[in-house]
Amino acid sequence: MQVADSVKDQLLRHFEEKIDKGDAIEPRDRMPDAYRKHLIRQMSQHAHSEVIGMQPEGNWITRAPSLRARQILLAKIQDEGGHGLYLYSAAETLGISRDEMIKQLHTGKAKYSNIFNYPALTWADIGAIGWLVDGAAIVNQVSLQRTSYGPYSRAMVRICKEESFHQRQGYEIMARMMAGTADQRAMAQDAMNRWWWPSLMMFGPHDSDSPHSGDAFRWKIKRHSNDELRQKFIDKTVQQAEVIGLTIPDQDLKWNEAKRGYDHGTINWEEFYQVIGGNGPCNQQRMDHHKQVHEEGAWVREAAAAYAKKKQEKLLNH
Amino acid sequence: MSQQQAIAQYCTRLGDNSLIQSYRLSEWCSKAPLLEEDLALTNFALDMTGRAELLLELAGKLQTPTRTADEMAYRRGERQYLNDLIVELPNTDFAFSIIRQFLVSAFEVQLYTALSQSTHTELAAIAAKALKEVKYHYAHTADWVLRLGDGTPESNRRAQAALEKLWPYTHELFEMAAGEDTLVANGIATNAATHYAPWIEQVETVLAEATLNLPKTTHRQRGGHTGIHTEHLGHILTELQYLQRAYPNAIW
Amino acid sequence: MTQDTQLNTWEVFMQARSGANYIHAGSVHAADGEMALQNARDTYTRRGEGTSIWVVPTSAIVASNPDEQDMFFDPANDKIYRMPTFYTMPEGAKAI
Repeated sequence: MQVADSVKDQLLRHFEEKIDKGDAIEPRDRMPDAYRKHLIRQMSQHAHSEVIGMQPEGNWITRAPSLRARQILLAKIQDEGGHGLYLYSAAETLGISRDEMIKQLHTGKAKYSNIFNYPALTWADIGAIGWLVDGAAIVNQVSLQRTSYGPYSRAMVRICKEESFHQRQGYEIMARMMAGTADQRAMAQDAMNRWWWPSLMMFGPHDSDSPHSGDAFRWKIKRHSNDELRQKFIDKTVQQAEVIGLTIPDQDLKWNEAKRGYDHGTINWEEFYQVIGGNGPCNQQRMDHHKQVHEEGAWVREAAAAYAKKKQEKLLNH
Repeated sequence: MSQQQAIAQYCTRLGDNSLIQSYRLSEWCSKAPLLEEDLALTNFALDMTGRAELLLELAGKLQTPTRTADEMAYRRGERQYLNDLIVELPNTDFAFSIIRQFLVSAFEVQLYTALSQSTHTELAAIAAKALKEVKYHYAHTADWVLRLGDGTPESNRRAQAALEKLWPYTHELFEMAAGEDTLVANGIATNAATHYAPWIEQVETVLAEATLNLPKTTHRQRGGHTGIHTEHLGHILTELQYLQRAYPNAIW
Repeated sequence: MTQDTQLNTWEVFMQARSGANYIHAGSVHAADGEMALQNARDTYTRRGEGTSIWVVPTSAIVASNPDEQDMFFDPANDKIYRMPTFYTMPEGAKAI
């Protein structure tokens, strides 16, 4: 037992030395189980979020108001699917299959971002999702480009490069609506009111209440804290709202010269935990949609696999 | 009908076919059987929306008063859309959407190959761009026809059922609309009937390899060229035109 | 029900422009090679990033073992005579 322990200690030390040096960890490197588990949990949640995130925006594809808007939205949702795919692909290098990750999503073992449990009710929501939700996601993703696991980091670099247009297209929708008719302005402000607080919640609980942070920092999976990232997002977004005449729905929001950033009002964590617990407006709908698609697609995947097998057998018999 | 009006009508027909195809394909977004296929079908929808924009822009420019591509796409009534009926039928399952796309793309490869030689330079340029896209659509869907036809008993049954339902609607692809004879004579348009022989040969070959049977029905469904559609088109337009109709003065 | 219903994984290598090296881009799921190629095209070249693609079944990749890194790679580190800068050239010699 003692020998085994000392070997284990040595491996862990070797791993942590690598992390400390700033080296990337690659799929075949030895890594502590807890590191692997943490990564699988975080990366699969991230992948599921991209894929579930296709639903609220997909809700508006057939109703996009111009040919240009239609193409942009299609391209954007397609990117989300692509990003989900990059992340599944990166997570698979840790020895978990996509099938298993999907099963975990369906049984509730794996989560996705809470934000997608809110409904996209008007066209302005497409603007708000691009500008606020993607804006918040980008802050997080930029930070993750330097995460310690190589495949995850490489996926994030690719994703960040592609995401850069997402936030701009959302902001453009909002800007156009704010420069438009009274109806459009009201629609834009309404979307702002509904998406602002859930966007702030995307960064997760305050650092003082964040259960997974310790190891994640030590192992450089996570590079910045929830509150740091949230602050960064608020500070850059307030000015953007002002430029186009949108009001941030927070009476306590004010500039704090000492910290060179904004102070914000109290986040409704009760709502946050309710939605995480499955009681958001769309939790059931999003999961039902995903399960239904998965089940309805089974015969197609079976057919593809059966055909490939037949073809291979034919090849072998020649 | 003047030649200009005939060109406008012809481009509207092609544009509407692209627009409505793109609509039906975009309905697959977040619903495809494999994430990879979701991206593929979205790419198709993007190609087609882009093509619809170019064709409807050209059609709109030739009208008096002129109309923008968006006005053409979003501000006409049901009877003014000229697409073939086959593209507006609802997606009943993956087999239906794939078989339809295969049949239509096989035709479009012929169509845009010919139109890339059109004497109308703008139309020829749009066709040359479209040709690259539809060739890929054809290759991708033909591969799927083989997988579904020669996959499992269930996939074969679904593919054959889709084929039977779609077949009566294929004939309309090879018909011209009234007033387009002069366009054919001037080398602007191509006589769709001439594409039938190479089309059926190609389709037969793929279906045979996929162990699917060519439908025997001689029933023909038509009407799109005179704006007599299926009941489904109205519902497509209800969604497509919703914001443009509800907020007529808004710019998006 | 142990069978993976998401089909097999394939590793994707892309050439960004004619003449360049093929670089690993990620992976896709597919039932056969044709499908893997098309899926790779739709996943990794949405912004015109490629001129050519290779796909290889993931199971066909053989990777070096990180535990043997020392034995595998370190012996090459001190063979400095493989570098052109190792050699002293006579003053005035040109084009060498």
